[in-house]
Amino acid sequence: MSQPEPLVIAGVAFGSRLFLGTGKFPSPEVMARAAEASRTEMVTVALRRVDLDRPDDPTLAALDRSKYRLLPNTSGARDAEEAIRLAKLARAAAGTEWIKLEVTPEPNYLLPDPVETLRAAETLVADGFIVLPYIHADPVLAKRLEDVGCATVMPLAAPIGSNRGLRTRDLVGIIIEQANVPVVVDAGLGMPSHAAEAIELGADAVLVNTAIAIADDPVRMADAFRLAVDAAIAAREAGPGGESRIARASSPLTGFLDPTPATDPNG
Amino acid sequence: MTIAPPLERDAGRFPRRFSDTFETLDLGALRDAALRATPRDVERAIASDGPVSDALLPALFSPAASRSLEALAQRSAALTERRFGRTIQLYAPMYLSNECVNKCTYCGFSFDNRIARRTLTLDEAIAEAGGLADQGFRHLLLVSGESNRHLPVSRVAEVARALAPRFASIAVEIQPLEEEGYRELEAAGVDGVVVYQETYDPEVYASVHTKGPKTRFSWRLDSVERAGTAGLRSLGIGALLGLGDWRIEAIATALHARHLAKSAWRSRVAISFPRIRAAAGGYVPAAPVDDRDFVQMLCAMRLAMPDAELVVSTREPVALRDQLIGLGVTRMSAGSRTNPGGYSEPEASEGQFDIVDERSPRAVAEVIAARGFEPVWKDFDRSFVAR
Repeated sequence: MSQPEPLVIAGVAFGSRLFLGTGKFPSPEVMARAAEASRTEMVTVALRRVDLDRPDDPTLAALDRSKYRLLPNTSGARDAEEAIRLAKLARAAAGTEWIKLEVTPEPNYLLPDPVETLRAAETLVADGFIVLPYIHADPVLAKRLEDVGCATVMPLAAPIGSNRGLRTRDLVGIIIEQANVPVVVDAGLGMPSHAAEAIELGADAVLVNTAIAIADDPVRMADAFRLAVDAAIAAREAGPGGESRIARASSPLTGFLDPTPATDPNG
Repeated sequence: MTIAPPLERDAGRFPRRFSDTFETLDLGALRDAALRATPRDVERAIASDGPVSDALLPALFSPAASRSLEALAQRSAALTERRFGRTIQLYAPMYLSNECVNKCTYCGFSFDNRIARRTLTLDEAIAEAGGLADQGFRHLLLVSGESNRHLPVSRVAEVARALAPRFASIAVEIQPLEEEGYRELEAAGVDGVVVYQETYDPEVYASVHTKGPKTRFSWRLDSVERAGTAGLRSLGIGALLGLGDWRIEAIATALHARHLAKSAWRSRVAISFPRIRAAAGGYVPAAPVDDRDFVQMLCAMRLAMPDAELVVSTREPVALRDQLIGLGVTRMSAGSRTNPGGYSEPEASEGQFDIVDERSPRAVAEVIAARGFEPVWKDFDRSFVAR
C-alpha cells in the first residue's frame, strides 16, 4: 500500500491527521498513553491548565516532547486582547510560534466569538505567529481568516465536548470546497465514525479530545480514532464510487438489449 | 406549569435583575409542584436532552425523584463527565477577617458573639497565603465577615494584588458590593465572587438576619449579577442548608443560576451546597438536610445546570466527600481553616464554623486520583486578568 500524502501546515509535514486535546483525562499518565496510541504528532494544551515555565507541570511532564508538536491554546480567553496576551506568554515560555486561537466568551457551550477571533488573528499573524483558529462552521469567516494569514481553519462539528458528531456537515463541506489552507474539524466529534465522516468529506485533519478522554478505556478509544482516520484517508485515496439514488446493479437486467460481441449468443 | 414570567423576554425589560423575576415566583407553589411530581415526571426530567425544562425542574427535587435517586445520580455523573471530564479542581479558602456588622442567628461571626476578633494585616495575609501556595494551591478564595470598616474593598484589592504572583485564580467571599466595588476588585486581578443568599425564603431570611446591611434581601440577591456586569468570571451562589425547606432553596438556586447564565452570560456559575455546622452561638438547624436529600439536591442541580461548577467544602464528612467524587462535584476545598490566620497559627482566632474533613490537601488529592480523577490545581491563568 502506498504511503498517504502527508498533511502540511505552515511548511511542517504531519504523518498523522489526528490531533489530540489533553483535557478531561483521568490522569496525565492515561493522557500520555492515549496520545501514544493515537499516533498523533500534534497535541494541544490549554494555557490556563499548564505552567509552561515549570518543567514539573504534570501535563507537560507526561508528554514526550520529541514525539509531539505542542500546540498551546488560548481556551478561556474572552476577547482578542486576552487571547493575544496568552499567545505571547506561550511563545515566551514554550518557544513556539504555533497557537490554537480560541476566543470563547461564553463559558457554557464555549462557542467561539467570530469578531474577536478575526481581530486576534490579524494581530497575531502580523506578530509572526502561526495561527490555527477555532471557529464556527462559517465559510465566509473561514475565508476572512485565510485572507489575514491563518495557517489553517478549525471549524467545529458540534459544541465542544458534546460528542454529537458532524452536525455542521453542509457548512464544513463549503469551507473545505473553498479553502486554500488545511481544514481541521475540531470539537464535537464523539465517535470514530464521526471522525471518518469528516475526513471522507474532505477535511485535512480532525482534532479530538473529549470522546477519547472520557471513554472507559481512553487508550483503546485513541487507537479506534486512529484506525477510523486512517480508514477514511485510505478510502479517499481509493477513489469512492460515489452515491446515486438510482440502483446500479452489478449484473444489469437490461444488458441483453445492448449485447456486446463476446456475449452475443447469435454472434 | 409556567415558572418564568411571560415578560422575561419582553423588549425593553430584558435583562431584568433576578430580584425582579424572583418577586413574581410563588415559592410555595414550586414546592407543591415538587411534592406532587409523579414518577413519570421524574423519568421525563432525567431523560431530558440538555438542561431540564422549567416545567420539569421541581420534579428533580421531588420525593418521587428521591425514589429514583440512582438513575438521577447516573445521569448527573454522565453529564458531569462529558462536560468536565474526570477532573476535580482544588481550592483553598483563606479568611482575612472575622469582623462583622451583621447579626445572623446561625453564624459564628455574628457581631453579638463574644469571640476573638482579628483582621489580617497585609503582611500577615501574604504569609498566610504563602503557606497555601507552598501546599500546591493555585486557586484561592479570600473570605471575610462583612465589615467595611475593618476590611474595605480597597484593602481586599490590595491583598489580591499582593497575592497575584503566586496564584492562578483569586476569588472573594466578602460583603456584597456595588458594581463599582466589583470593578475595583476585577482591576486588581480578582476573577471570581461568591455571595450565598443563605436562604431564598424571604420569611426565613428575615427571621435569621436580624440586624445589619445583610437584612436587605434583594440587594444581596442581585450581588453576583452586579459582579458579572463588572467582569468577574466565576459567580458563586448557594443556600446555607438547614435554614429553610431544602426543596425551596434548591429550586430557587437553580432558577437563580439559570437567570445568571442568561444575564451574566460571560461568567460561569458555581453552585455551593454548604450545610450548617456547629459554630459559636449554638444555632440548631431548623430544617436539617440529611445525606440522601443532600445527594439528590446535588445530582438534581447537575441536571438543571449541566455547565455549572458544583462545589463541596470541608464542612462535609470524609466518607461522604469521597463518595461525591464522580457524582457531579467539580470543585472541592481541602485542608481548610475558617479563622483568620488559621493556617499560620491554628488557634489564633475563632473560626466561622467547624471543619469536618481535616485531611491535608495532598491527602485529598491522593484520594481523588485513587478514584480515577485528576486533581486539578490550576485551571486559570493570571495572564487572562493581568493588564
